[in-house]
Amino acid sequence: MKFAIQVNEGPYQHQASDSAYFFTKAALEKGHEVFRVFFYHDGVNNSSRLTTPPQDDRNIVNRWAELAEQHDLDMVVCVAAAQRRGVVDEGEMQRNGKDATNIHPRFRISGLGQLVEAAIQSDRLVVFGD
Amino acid sequence: MSETIKKFLYLNRKAPYGTIYAWESLEVVLIGAAFDQDVSLAFVEDGVYQLTKDQDTTGIGMKNFSPTYAALGDYEVKKIFIEKESLDERGLTLDDLQHLVWEDEDDDWAEKDSIKLVSREEMTALMEDADVVFSF
Repeated sequence: MKFAIQVNEGPYQHQASDSAYFFTKAALEKGHEVFRVFFYHDGVNNSSRLTTPPQDDRNIVNRWAELAEQHDLDMVVCVAAAQRRGVVDEGEMQRNGKDATNIHPRFRISGLGQLVEAAIQSDRLVVFGD
Repeated sequence: MSETIKKFLYLNRKAPYGTIYAWESLEVVLIGAAFDQDVSLAFVEDGVYQLTKDQDTTGIGMKNFSPTYAALGDYEVKKIFIEKESLDERGLTLDDLQHLVWEDEDDDWAEKDSIKLVSREEMTALMEDADVVFSF
């Protein structure tokens, strides 16, 4: 089956990102396809490479990035939600005159059309959040 | 834009202010309109507050985005379902909500009602019938 995954909550505050990660990992290991993981609302904060959890805790951002690396997973952060919350890549930095970036290179910033496209192309859209 | 036409149901469950879910849900609906899918919107639980008339956000310093719902007809969003039990539980009736319409080009651009009141049971059937449920 082909899945699209939507993550609506930020890391650590809420379990949604953890659950989405375990679901995505399990689906891939079972041989299913994950068309895209789309990060929306506070979910965009899952892409900050500056995240520094305590050493004895999981690193949610790196964990997503490693899964993406292993399975060539497309992880998209909503641009409008990212702009509101200060999640920035090189392009956004230049466009909006900011002095830094913070996105992990395994994620990419793009539009909401990517969520709609993923929903159209996949057999199931699975949404994680409140 | 796409050959596949799916039944999209945007399920709105939360109050318009307090959290950003309602506003960012509306942004998906507006962007999604460009994909020419079969779109329905549903409002349940506190989500019914999103469509209340005469919203005034001056006291909370947030943008009042409720006028945007009136533009949905121009985006070819013609099917808006409100759950009756959710209204009842909150002491609301359809008269408390905005009157949303769309223009029917096959009927000399007559304005037609977009909002349909449905029971909880009917709402369940709508979800069952949808190909994709965007839950906000």
